[in-house]
Amino acid sequence: MGCRRLRALAPLLILIALLVALPHAGGLFHAWFPELSHPLYWRTSFVELTLAHAALVGIATLIAVIVGLALGILATREAGRSLLPTVRAVAVIGQTFPPVAVLAIAVPLLGFGAAPTLLALSLYGVLPVLGQTVAGLDQVPASALHAADGMGYGRWRRLWEVELPLAAGPIMAGVRLSAIVSVGTATIGSAVGAATLGAPIVEGLVGNNTAYVVQGALLVGALALSVDGLLGLAEKRIRRHPL
Amino acid sequence: MIEFDHVRKAFGDHVVIEDLSLRVEDGEFFVLVGPSGSGKSTLLRTVNRLVPIDGGRVLVDGQDVATQPIEALRRGIGYAIQSVGLFPHRTVAENIAVVPRLLGWPEAEIDARVAELIALLKLDEPGIAGRYPDTLSGGQAQRVGVARALAARPKIVLMDEPFGALDPLTRESLQASVKQIQRETGTTMLFVTHDMDEAFRLGDRVALMLDGRLAQVGTPLALIRSPADERVNEFVGGTRAYLRELAVRRVRDSMRRDEAAEGDAVSPDATLQDALGVMLAERRERLPVQGGGAILLSDIVVRPR
Repeated sequence: MGCRRLRALAPLLILIALLVALPHAGGLFHAWFPELSHPLYWRTSFVELTLAHAALVGIATLIAVIVGLALGILATREAGRSLLPTVRAVAVIGQTFPPVAVLAIAVPLLGFGAAPTLLALSLYGVLPVLGQTVAGLDQVPASALHAADGMGYGRWRRLWEVELPLAAGPIMAGVRLSAIVSVGTATIGSAVGAATLGAPIVEGLVGNNTAYVVQGALLVGALALSVDGLLGLAEKRIRRHPL
Repeated sequence: MIEFDHVRKAFGDHVVIEDLSLRVEDGEFFVLVGPSGSGKSTLLRTVNRLVPIDGGRVLVDGQDVATQPIEALRRGIGYAIQSVGLFPHRTVAENIAVVPRLLGWPEAEIDARVAELIALLKLDEPGIAGRYPDTLSGGQAQRVGVARALAARPKIVLMDEPFGALDPLTRESLQASVKQIQRETGTTMLFVTHDMDEAFRLGDRVALMLDGRLAQVGTPLALIRSPADERVNEFVGGTRAYLRELAVRRVRDSMRRDEAAEGDAVSPDATLQDALGVMLAERRERLPVQGGGAILLSDIVVRPR
């Protein structure tokens, strides 16, 4: 147990170590890429970019969870069953648009910056949450629902006290997936002016500065693994003691 | 008291219950028995409105259930089902406490009631209250299911084939528990089964349901001795039905008080089936009865006065 928790938290420790060490690693990158005059990204601090990146992902995931959960609940109610195929189809079609295309459409509407990125991330994050909410609610034992009805649970009370707790494990898995995908996708937000860890990557690619790309990629990777580890712990906990 | 007044129910074109009227008295153990598809479970579920009816009325204590708030109605009626339906994320104690909690009982009262039910249903394995349903045996789970149905002391309890999935020994022990609790609390019980032996063992009165109609309603002995028609006779078991009669009749009603016999005494509350079993095992034609008297093989064969 302690070992498993340590393994889940290790990426977070690595991320913190990177944030502390990278600003002092100019010499190392200079030795690695001697042809570059500025081997260390300097425009914005890594800590600032990481926090902005995490905030963007956090807000987008929150929106995706709210929308995905609401649609998933709606589509599994008796009255909403007929909506289920439509909801699924729309969400899947949404997923087939490349994020870049969503950004390209969103920029003229929302302007440059964080807003179009947030829109793209939220849209992308909905599907895993929605899919897992529907799957989770579908696998709640029918006998438990029948008993709940027979004992006089109201519709919402049954949802809140029986269905959602029993579906919490799968739903949490969907939230986790949604957040991890967002961490990766958020990097392209820097192409439209959002402050994310994509900034060193994009600038490195444009300016042929491989050192920037490496620095950005290291941080994004560590952040994605950190998010995965933390939400994985939460998921395991919820599966064991659904409340 | 439960009254069905010209109840009719159809699923599409398929009529499941056809103009059915029936009255279950207060404190009665009433068993609906019939083959699958006879409409007995559907009829049971019209009482707590899990099945809405198309015609007629269902009354509980004189009140039409259709006019009552559905959640309050259901919380006031105990309900146990074959698939049990315990909440997997709740402990045994929490599962039993479901309805009292819905009704807003004070915590202390709930705790006391849960402890009482755990003892009453012989769930006295140490620590069982804190265990989760997936750690229980089938018999234990259904004991919890029954405890949950009884938790809020409902005046009426509905049971839908609750013991259908249990092994014979566990089933018999649960039948005895439920019958005893029902008798002691004076609960009105409406019990559905397809098992004729179970129906006769438990029911004060039994209704045989065939194709959405009541083929016959009466005491177990009435169904065995005077089946209304050939189909009832067939379901009750023809001449084999008289073996079932032995499971219904008690030693005390057929014994001779002024005689004595050798051997192990049987209880006056034992069934004639039990007594006959002992006679066969011991190769005797007469047995002593606890507290004096004897029972003879001829008493078993002869119909009581």
